[in-house]
Amino acid sequence: MKLEQFARAGQSIQEAREHPSPWMIVWIALKNHKGALVGAGVFTFIVLAVLIGPLIYTIDPQLTDTAVRNQGMSWQHPLGTDNLGRDMLAQMLSGGRIALAVGFAAMLLSLGVGITIGVVAGYYKRLDGPLMRLTDLFLALPLLPLLLVIIMLFRDTLRAFDPEMGIFILIVLGIGITSWMQTARIVRGETLAVKEREFVLAATSMGTSGLHIITKHILPNILSPIMVSATLGIANAIITESTLSFLGLGFPPDFPTWGRLLFDGVNFIEISPARVIWPGLAISLTVLSVNYIGDALRDAIDPRVRNE
Amino acid sequence: MLKYLSKRLFFAVPTLIVISFVLFALLDLAPNDPTGNLPQTIPQEVREEIRESLGLNKPFHIRYFKWMQQFFVNEPLNLIEEVTGLEIGDSESRLRVRSWLTRSPVVDLIIERLPQTLWVVGLSYIVGIMIALPIGVISAYKQYSWFDQIGTFISMVGFSVPTFFTGLVMIIIFSVTLSWFPSTYDTTHVVKDFPSFWFQVKQMTMPVMVLAFYNAAQLSRFMRASVLENLNLDYVRTARAKGLRDRSILLKHILRNSMLPVITMIALGVPTIFTGAIITEQVFRVNGIGQLLITGIQSADIPLVQSLSFLFAVLIVTFNLLADVIYGILDPRIKYE
Repeated sequence: MKLEQFARAGQSIQEAREHPSPWMIVWIALKNHKGALVGAGVFTFIVLAVLIGPLIYTIDPQLTDTAVRNQGMSWQHPLGTDNLGRDMLAQMLSGGRIALAVGFAAMLLSLGVGITIGVVAGYYKRLDGPLMRLTDLFLALPLLPLLLVIIMLFRDTLRAFDPEMGIFILIVLGIGITSWMQTARIVRGETLAVKEREFVLAATSMGTSGLHIITKHILPNILSPIMVSATLGIANAIITESTLSFLGLGFPPDFPTWGRLLFDGVNFIEISPARVIWPGLAISLTVLSVNYIGDALRDAIDPRVRNE
Repeated sequence: MLKYLSKRLFFAVPTLIVISFVLFALLDLAPNDPTGNLPQTIPQEVREEIRESLGLNKPFHIRYFKWMQQFFVNEPLNLIEEVTGLEIGDSESRLRVRSWLTRSPVVDLIIERLPQTLWVVGLSYIVGIMIALPIGVISAYKQYSWFDQIGTFISMVGFSVPTFFTGLVMIIIFSVTLSWFPSTYDTTHVVKDFPSFWFQVKQMTMPVMVLAFYNAAQLSRFMRASVLENLNLDYVRTARAKGLRDRSILLKHILRNSMLPVITMIALGVPTIFTGAIITEQVFRVNGIGQLLITGIQSADIPLVQSLSFLFAVLIVTFNLLADVIYGILDPRIKYE
């Protein structure tokens, strides 16, 4: 029993050496890239901080205390307080939760749409033309103005339905449907290449259905470019959300993200610049670390770079 | 060439029509009423009259075609009249796209705001290109040197950090702490002598630098990649073999070839910097079209928002077309089939 397990483990390590699985590629990419290693560390730290932080640092982020308004850093309030005496650290932690949740959710949505459209366009020749025209059309849309318009139009409707989830869903949907185009193009290209390989031909000749070929044979083989798209997608979603919030059209003040905290801090920039610095730094560090990871991944899967 | 151009145009026109339809439908069918923002004291009959005057009680397709006519026929005619001073047809009773908020024609509002945006955005793009190209070339030529390492790091920071944060950090450092530059942009300022010119330079420095830094970050990485791709090609080896100096190979041969994709990139980037200017204008309170869009959105001024978004779409499609054409002209290897 045990021996079998060892044998299997040994075999899979051997396989991993010959045909690196996507996760192996991730590991190799990160291991050999200093920036990505630091980036992965910083990103993990931020994710853990916003997930576990509020459990340890239990001050209510919405608790107002007018006795301690606009304070600087102190032991009681490590990042100071805002103009209503709310604790900045607590607000940063809860704001980070929402910002990262938006980032992940919007990335998953845009990835889902992008992969579906890309794979279908690449696999079914009939649909290739129309779907790629659709992609081109979306690429020609003025995305930021369009997002602002969408939020302006549907904000009140969704807020009436549920004040917190409504705006969350709206922003995730908005970012998701305006950012899938690059993924779709990349996935289509990769699908076109994989489709011509022998194992797909073999599967087709055995009478395997199109859906089965796509999920079992094509998707596993194009995972690496999808992972690059995913990291870039998170970075893009976080920036877009914070931009919308910064323009006053994102999350409301009673449900603030990093972008909204920054927007609220702008009016107090002369009294307490720290209110702008902390949220801005959090956004920038998150995006920078994710971009470094994405960069390393791209280097790892790009054969021209790998061969050097 | 002509065949290629007409083929591209053949795609561009339907794209624009579909986009105009999407924008119109999105704004028109949304649950929003332009009379909703009017004071509650206005009686119901007057409200109906206002709706009538806005043409809101007509069916959807008629409103769409009217809007199209106003945007593509009436407004261009007005522009031509204003520029040439000629009077074409009955210009007094011609319908115009009017802002719900100010009741003035949208096109006039845009023309009033455009110079500020063009100055800030245009200058920042030029500065960005001038910074990015030499940095890209040097970091590719000296790949993995300290210059390349630092340049890569800075450009990574440059496009990861959102422009509103760079802008605010600059405000904190240079206007709040050091008070070198004003934190807001005064559009009413008139340049008439040297001190007022100097003030203009000072107030433009920060918005221009923020956008330039962001543009340069993306462009320099692209330039670096493009030069790197060319460095190992056969024609470079040939040039070396016949004894040309490195300097002339780099500046005459490699630079020209690696500029091809970069120029396309520069053309493609023009519309995105207009949308990027929305943020910078908001940070520095520049009174440009980006800010016009934001105020329009905040006050639910639908005709204004429709026209501005469509203008951005026209910019994107035009510059995509332009990028294709430039690429075709510069690179004779491209076949127009």
